[in-house]
Amino acid sequence: MDSRRGSRFVIDPKIRQVGFVPAGCESENPNASSAVAAIANVDVNPTSDSPSPVMIPPRLADPLPRAAPLPVPSPPPRKHTSVEIPLQGSYNPTDSVLGTSPPFSPASNGRYAGVPSSEGPDLSPSFVSRASSAMEGMSLREDHLGSPSASRFATVGEYAMFKQQQPQQPATAVTKVYASSLPQEPVQSFAPVGKEDSSKPLKERTTKAERRAKQEADREAKRIAKESAGAKVVEGEARASSNVVGKASRAQSQKKDSASEKRLSAVEKASEKEKKKEIPAPRMQFDDQSRVAKAKKRALIEQTETKHRVELFRHLPQFVYGAQLPSLEAKFFHDDAMHPHPAVYQVGLQYLTGDITGGNARCIAMLSAFKELIKDYCTPRERTLIRDLTARVNNNVSFLTTCRPLCISMGNAIRFLKTRIAKLQLTLSESDAKSLIIAEIDRFMQEKINYADNEITKLAVTKIKDGDVILTYGSSCVVETIILHAFSLGKKFRVVIVDSRPKLEGKGLLRRLLGRGISCTYSHINAVTYIIQEVNKVFLGASSILSNGTVYSRVGSASVAMVANAFHVPVMICCETYKFHERVQLDSICFNELGDPDALVKIPGRKGLSELEGWSQSSHLKLLNLMYDVMPADYVSMIITELGMVPPTSVPVILREYRKDPILENFATFGKDSNPIKFFRASLEYYRAC
Amino acid sequence: MGQQMNFQVVLLAGGVSKQLFPLVSKELPKALLPLGNKPLLSYTLEQLESSNLKSIIVVVAGEDVAEQIRAWISGAYDDRLSVESVTVAEDAGTADALRAVASRLTAEHILVISGDLVCDIPLGAIAATHCRKKASMTALLCALQVAGTSDGSSGSTGKEKAKQQSSNDVIGLDPSHEFLTFMASAARIDKQLQIQRSIVRAFGRVELHTDLVDDHLYVFKRTILQEVLEGCPGIRSIKEELVPYLIRSQLRSNPTIQSKPLTENGGEQFERKIAPNQLVKSPLEQASLLGAQANNMKCCAYIVNKDRYCARVNSVQSFIDVNQDVAGERAVHLTGYDISRSNNVIHPTSKLGYKSTVGPHCMLGEGSEMGDKCSIKRSVVGRHCRIGSGVKIMNSVVMDHVTIDDGCIVQGSVICNNAHLQERVTLKDCQVGAAYIVSGEHQGEALAKRDKN
Repeated sequence: MDSRRGSRFVIDPKIRQVGFVPAGCESENPNASSAVAAIANVDVNPTSDSPSPVMIPPRLADPLPRAAPLPVPSPPPRKHTSVEIPLQGSYNPTDSVLGTSPPFSPASNGRYAGVPSSEGPDLSPSFVSRASSAMEGMSLREDHLGSPSASRFATVGEYAMFKQQQPQQPATAVTKVYASSLPQEPVQSFAPVGKEDSSKPLKERTTKAERRAKQEADREAKRIAKESAGAKVVEGEARASSNVVGKASRAQSQKKDSASEKRLSAVEKASEKEKKKEIPAPRMQFDDQSRVAKAKKRALIEQTETKHRVELFRHLPQFVYGAQLPSLEAKFFHDDAMHPHPAVYQVGLQYLTGDITGGNARCIAMLSAFKELIKDYCTPRERTLIRDLTARVNNNVSFLTTCRPLCISMGNAIRFLKTRIAKLQLTLSESDAKSLIIAEIDRFMQEKINYADNEITKLAVTKIKDGDVILTYGSSCVVETIILHAFSLGKKFRVVIVDSRPKLEGKGLLRRLLGRGISCTYSHINAVTYIIQEVNKVFLGASSILSNGTVYSRVGSASVAMVANAFHVPVMICCETYKFHERVQLDSICFNELGDPDALVKIPGRKGLSELEGWSQSSHLKLLNLMYDVMPADYVSMIITELGMVPPTSVPVILREYRKDPILENFATFGKDSNPIKFFRASLEYYRAC
Repeated sequence: MGQQMNFQVVLLAGGVSKQLFPLVSKELPKALLPLGNKPLLSYTLEQLESSNLKSIIVVVAGEDVAEQIRAWISGAYDDRLSVESVTVAEDAGTADALRAVASRLTAEHILVISGDLVCDIPLGAIAATHCRKKASMTALLCALQVAGTSDGSSGSTGKEKAKQQSSNDVIGLDPSHEFLTFMASAARIDKQLQIQRSIVRAFGRVELHTDLVDDHLYVFKRTILQEVLEGCPGIRSIKEELVPYLIRSQLRSNPTIQSKPLTENGGEQFERKIAPNQLVKSPLEQASLLGAQANNMKCCAYIVNKDRYCARVNSVQSFIDVNQDVAGERAVHLTGYDISRSNNVIHPTSKLGYKSTVGPHCMLGEGSEMGDKCSIKRSVVGRHCRIGSGVKIMNSVVMDHVTIDDGCIVQGSVICNNAHLQERVTLKDCQVGAAYIVSGEHQGEALAKRDKN
């Protein structure tokens, strides 16, 4: 672990530059605006692990000194203020107090009571959890710790506790300055919480002994706080035990605050619960060794992780490809309770070996397998269908995930299935419930995939004119149907298929188009800048479109789109709305999929090339076979969905409206009485109206 | 079980094999032939059991044989396996055997395994390949094992090689080594081999292998199997007729059944309105292969890894070879015996005389006694054998209760139960039948009582 930390130190700044930082932002100008300072701070901070502003869960009591950013916008670190202030005291509290600056302690922000930080060796996890639970009511405003010593606080809650006592301390001058400077600060910013301050002077000011003393005092105070929260006693004891300056006053303040704290925490807990529901399930970070070890125990497949992983992509799953299949095959005939359904098993195998690829195909295969599962399902005794079936589905989904990470569209489909199961009426008989869910799955496939594809085809065909030269990248089944349909309508156009190693998916498309007699040009992505000059439209498929308009698709698509954009060729993305996702992603690092690195080594038709052979023996060489990349919305001229042709900025609108789709809701509530065909027709009309 | 994954197992235990005469007889059917001092069938049954396939249909040729096998199985596997045995006529072919059980088959996939297969291939892997490819048939192919490559090889190796050269199957594979494109069994090949142009056209490129052996382990899709068995009553053998028939029918595109290109639709019920057409002639190699995949009939191959053991006992020579392998480190794990440091298996109750040596790849059964100055190399000796002084046994199999008197030299031979070798007998490449008394010098003979056959 230590070695990893060391290397992280070097590499992490690069991440920031890729993902977030506009050029020139890495300067550590102390007088820069707070936003820049925040970024700069991120930049310098060697411990912050992931650049993602979204969806990375905080880890409580994480032994690694890494701060996980929160999914919520959190207040910016106030680095600049710490510079403004003449620092004289032994310890400089850098933030406001809950009570003194109400506008900056929004309860809703305190979603996470604990923020990982490096803890002293004497801080046991139990202590941490105690601290965080005691301080749940406290706000998370203390995101920016005043000195490196702050890293000793196990949780922000604890730290906040400490802060709370500051006004009564002799060093309050500092705090006041803060309080006054607070209102000018922007509240919304994607700054990771729990950063250590990197400013040098501060570091030197507090000695180790002082920090230790502070910590001791703080812990003591916290204990008191907890006690006083339960029953307002033990001040005397607190005083007696205190041996640090300012203890007494602190204890008094404790008494005052504890009541209001309690009230706050009750409110907050409720809102917290609500919010937690909305947070998507945290995705596993594969550089977290303890979690990986845990997951391994659960997994059906024995997976050995590849040794040479590219540093930036360590958080993504990457396994030795050869090892997975045999272990899975060996367990083919096993049957225990955890064993996935045969149909699911088969689909999993097909995912693993790449027999099924493509977002739609994978999704349909998965849903068909789940249909089989539900058909064969019977509720065990003394269990309810809704719960047991959800558990079963979860089990099977996790099996599929081990075979190959799910794509976003599959995630959406699973979510759909699970909500349908959860919404089943308890009064339904088992067979009715099963047939209802099967009908729902059928409808999803029919409506969201099949019908959507038809509709996209119809819309997109209108964009193809005689004499067009259409460029497409890789092999997208929607784009293929569009081209074939346009051809069958008698339009005269030419297709340029751009392909790339190692998958060479475009070959299949080329074959099918040639089989129809469409004139094609086949080229590799290296030549895209040349070939783009003769192209006047670019049609691309997508794995997913995110709510900021970012298109997540096969690696290489972004480059094609960028080149097309540079040459002022319109880029049209064909994507069904069920592939849309609320997530915001700014880079292709936080979420991606790693392919088989060996695929890069093998070059078809050239057996003589053996430079990379035995690459795994070399410790200096690491191969990266990324599967997806992210195309910024700027490059996208239009997104063609079944709901119409929209600009990328409309994605959040569709997401929002799609959620409260009246037809979907109706269908769900109508239950078994409703006729799927009737609803399909209704939805057709609805979509036409759109 | 196995039903969980929708599989059913048919084990073809055979009857009295003609190739193994005089080793086998009505009293000792092929399935119960001792291999490494365990019945041959136990290897297959144990493999099935370890794969969690516990309900098995055993097809046996001949009433008497069936009775014996049934008795043995119920004794040895009573509590572990649920075995259903079916008897067919003695001269029935393998496909006939399948036809006899066709009505009992209910699962989606049928695993057909031959009783003389000794291998440690995970059956799940073959089944998984079959499922993954949605194949209608999957066959197990094994690289040809060149017999006796190691040190102690005798003159038999050369002969064996020559025999193999003449009797190799020709197996055609597509470039990805996943699909079977052609198969002609050795028995049916004349001097010339004709391959239709349509095969090459459909698959783009076909590799013909003579270094692969079809190991009589197949997975069939039940519907197709039953259809073919019913529709073509002329098919008698699985390997020689049924499998080539299925492979040929891959090319016949069936217009009534809609094509299902995997990468496009995945699910069955979705018919894209513009279905990619099949079997397009194109300059790209991969292309036409995919076209063939679009056909509903697919025959896959599972090629055994080199590090796995896989052998069939279908001749006297292979019987000796497999016995040697089973006694050595190569395949001893199949028997469940512990191997000694000198790479052999010696039962603790056996007695070795003064200056007697037992070399590597040897097995000495329970209660066998050896005189002084004996030497056993690469041989398996059964239970309760009495071996006199100065006997040399090399590359041979000696079954149970055999008496070998002083000064015998046995080389490359099989000596069956209760046989008696008198003093100073020299045997080379001989097979001695059960309870036969040998005297004198013999080479390359089958010595057995002439009561039957």
